[in-house]
Amino acid sequence: MITAAQKLIRAVEEADSSDRLLDAVQQLAAAGFDESIPTLIAALNYNNPGAAVAAVDGLVQIGEAAVQPLLELIDNYNYGARAWAIRALAGIGDVRALNTLLDAAKTDFSLSVRRAAARGLGTLRWHQLKPDQVQSAQAQALEALLLVCQDPEWIVRYAAVTGLEGLAIAQPTFVPKILAQLEQIVNTDTDLAVCTRVRMAQQQLQNLTNN
Amino acid sequence: MASLSSAGEPVDGESLTVEQAIINLESADLGLRFYAAWWLGKFRVREEAAVVGLIRALEDEADRTPEGGYPLRRNAARALGKLGDRLAVPALIKSLGCSDFYVREAAAQSLEMLGDPVCLPALNKLLAVSLQSEKLVPQPDFSQPYDAILEALGTLRATESIPLVQPFLEHPIERVQYAAARAMYQLTQEPVYGERLVQALAGNNLQLRRTALADLGAIGYLPAAEAITQTLAENSLKLIALKGLLEHQVNQTDPPVLSEATIKVMTLMDSLL
Repeated sequence: MITAAQKLIRAVEEADSSDRLLDAVQQLAAAGFDESIPTLIAALNYNNPGAAVAAVDGLVQIGEAAVQPLLELIDNYNYGARAWAIRALAGIGDVRALNTLLDAAKTDFSLSVRRAAARGLGTLRWHQLKPDQVQSAQAQALEALLLVCQDPEWIVRYAAVTGLEGLAIAQPTFVPKILAQLEQIVNTDTDLAVCTRVRMAQQQLQNLTNN
Repeated sequence: MASLSSAGEPVDGESLTVEQAIINLESADLGLRFYAAWWLGKFRVREEAAVVGLIRALEDEADRTPEGGYPLRRNAARALGKLGDRLAVPALIKSLGCSDFYVREAAAQSLEMLGDPVCLPALNKLLAVSLQSEKLVPQPDFSQPYDAILEALGTLRATESIPLVQPFLEHPIERVQYAAARAMYQLTQEPVYGERLVQALAGNNLQLRRTALADLGAIGYLPAAEAITQTLAENSLKLIALKGLLEHQVNQTDPPVLSEATIKVMTLMDSLL
């Protein structure tokens, strides 16, 4: 007798069209079984954007149990799958991904990877760290994000702004420094979308400091 | 105005210099000419000598493909749009009559970028090949780069061309239909044309979904924001489309304010990062 999870996994493995694959991955992802992790991770590699979106959602849903397998595989991925894997790690927000996200945001050659990593640096669950480690880990994230604000790609800078916003909310002592950086971006960045996102972040942080 | 400093300096570590690229446009080596034309466009070398050299390249007879195409002319036509100098407009209009489809396509795209309405009659004339008393001819015509022409007419706000653009909503090539919908939306602001593109986001063909994403971004059709986010396509393309919506929205207010609509679009963008 096969279990419900095995049945859903088999449906993914046996899918013979991109529509069937999408359906099968969506169902497997929605079921949220830990044993589906390897199959969902494999689906990041299928060059099927719909299936990858569903697999990321599923992995984020599963959460902590997916972190280690994702971290182990990340160097072996092609850049498309690496971006999805980083998205999954960012969505889960587990602090074990910190070093991977720092490296990816600063040095990956693929802009989708840098984008996802910059976003993720703002949404980590810092409380998972021991209290005496939090500040230095957050300082690393801040340093990386300040650097990523100079990225040549608008979307990576946009993502860095969301990262800074998240980090400022998590660590109020960073607020003055982050507000100063945001002000500098508005005054120097030529991309309208980036500057508009900065205004939104400034508004958020001002509301925060007024309350 | 030169966008690059001293003409003798290598640009961005490339082996060419501005001066050398302009000289190469006349080189006996056809490969060097072809590369120089591309290079001047890529680095947006807005110098008169570059513009004049590229205009001259639009008349080139030496560089031919076995099928009779004009590779150098194609590159030159593309580069002239990027250089943004309206001096090139008359020569590009003339290129709309070139026997090479891809030269005509590049010329239409560059005329769109240069934004001079003086090209409108020539663009209208190309559409006429397909039309008979304001309807598509029964035997579909594929001889013109209709999508590029329609997109140019939309961008150039050619409201007098509406009767010529509208029939192309029924053209057998879907990409051409989308270009017509995109232009009709820009010319009329009627939501029905934006909705036509939203429908296209749910189509079966990934390449066509990508085209529709680009079209919606170009027209900044705000009601498409959710549908763009849900489209089965790469997040990078969805983000570029949403950027189009966001910037269109921001540009409508001066000074820019953070409206509810812009915040909504950015929240969707955040979810795709």
